[in-house]
Amino acid sequence: MADYSSLDIRQRSASTETPPAIRSHMEVAKLIDVSKCIGCKACQSACEEWNDLRDDIGVNTGVYDNPHDLTPKTWTLMRFTEYENAETNNLEWLIRKDGCMHCTDPGCLKACPSPGAIVQYSNGIVDFIEENCIGCGYCVKGCPFNIPRISEKDHKAYKCTLCSDRVAVGQAPACAKACPTGSIMFGTKAAMIEQAHDRVEDLKSRGFQHAGLYDPAGVGGTHVMYVLHHNDKPSLYAGLPDDPKISALVAFWKGGAKVFGLAAMGFAAVAGFFHYVTAGPNEVVPEEEEEAIAFDREKRRAGDEARPH
Amino acid sequence: MTSHTDVRDGETRPLHEARDESPEVMYVPRYTGLQRVNHWITAILFTLLTLSGLAMFTPYLFSLTGLFGGGQATRAIHPWFGVALMVSFALLFLRFWRLNIPNRDDVAWSMKIGDVVTNREDRLPELGKYNAGQKGVFWGQTALIAIMFVTGLVIWDQYFYAYTVIETKRWALLAHSLAAVIAIAIIVVHVYAGIWVRGTGRAMVRGTVTGGWAYRHHRKWFRQIAGGRLRRGPTDKRGS
Repeated sequence: MADYSSLDIRQRSASTETPPAIRSHMEVAKLIDVSKCIGCKACQSACEEWNDLRDDIGVNTGVYDNPHDLTPKTWTLMRFTEYENAETNNLEWLIRKDGCMHCTDPGCLKACPSPGAIVQYSNGIVDFIEENCIGCGYCVKGCPFNIPRISEKDHKAYKCTLCSDRVAVGQAPACAKACPTGSIMFGTKAAMIEQAHDRVEDLKSRGFQHAGLYDPAGVGGTHVMYVLHHNDKPSLYAGLPDDPKISALVAFWKGGAKVFGLAAMGFAAVAGFFHYVTAGPNEVVPEEEEEAIAFDREKRRAGDEARPH
Repeated sequence: MTSHTDVRDGETRPLHEARDESPEVMYVPRYTGLQRVNHWITAILFTLLTLSGLAMFTPYLFSLTGLFGGGQATRAIHPWFGVALMVSFALLFLRFWRLNIPNRDDVAWSMKIGDVVTNREDRLPELGKYNAGQKGVFWGQTALIAIMFVTGLVIWDQYFYAYTVIETKRWALLAHSLAAVIAIAIIVVHVYAGIWVRGTGRAMVRGTVTGGWAYRHHRKWFRQIAGGRLRRGPTDKRGS
């Protein structure tokens, strides 16, 4: 079996060190076949169980989503969408297991200011290292999928780890292990893509012409992929981004703005120094002190004369 | 007259023996004690904000978080410094905004910026209490601090996360950091101007400038206040 369990680090937030590169590892992926999901939430339970999370009791917002959003203690969530397909006149229940997509080009990691708070392992898993997290929430702005959540309890960011601890010892993520329909599969990315193609072919033969694999190129591909019956409209699935990529605002903030900022501040300081060594200080000459006193004396005298005695 | 005491014989004699009469200097009040305190509180807060903000701006300066007790502490304290600066600067603004309204002299002065930077003070128009450069610092900081305060609230997730959407927060982050680096660059120029134009620091440290300084740099202002309650003498022992 291919080794995808290494915890060698490929990318590390806010760091310039060269990552270890002598070994090459296979990339892993989780494949979520939305067409096979029955919405049982076993994956949610397994996630809570393995990661020892117990979310607070929430509120019912009138839909099946429970809790109704990802939280620091809910790292994966079934999102339910009722879709009336105009072509077939069918009501389709689209159930998507939401959670971190483990992007190849992670916006969270790009935005993170704290060295080593976000890492990407050589197998493609993006992990938050909470002890290095400063709680600024930049990852929340960097993420194209709206996944990270900041805990109010410890002011640290949390999200799906793709069970990096399980993967590191050759186990599949807890959600994949628990899924009763085989909707969640896990393996090397290459194997998952191959599996997806079989599924897509099958779906197409059943009339879903636009079935496809969701592995968005805008973020360099992901290590959590979906098989969608309507891959032409991913946003049908509870707002899954059609073409996710790191926001241009975030890219500029972390790229051009940083260069501009350091250049502007540096230029101001350097320009000041060279102005001083060329133009020199602007000094008051003694004659000006004397003129000031003379003017003051004159004005005082004029004032005295004007005043009635 | 400036004099010094020789430690060898304990006698006091003039410092410049060749020039019998050292120039008399008058001192002109420029800032009150409260104004200076207000200014320096703002300056200290700006410095703290610069250090803690740059730590979160670029990984190269992340080590600055050590000054504030680590990353978490830096993230937590930075916005509070900002709130304090906003209050402090608002008071400065109320004290000085009238004096910083641009006028025709500022246009003339700005046209001769070449003479300004080459110290050709004699070619410049007579000015009131502030020149166009100083006014630029004032209004620049006013605008940038206002931008940083508003955008800072938007990205202060601990208290205000729920009030805006993520796309708004992205705009706010970018605007906040751009405003910050421009503000820092302006302050670098502001500090340098205080070093370059000799006798200026005294205004913010002691509250006074020499008559010659006022006459040279802000003659219109000097003409207004001359003949009034001015302090005169070789020293200003009466305080400032």
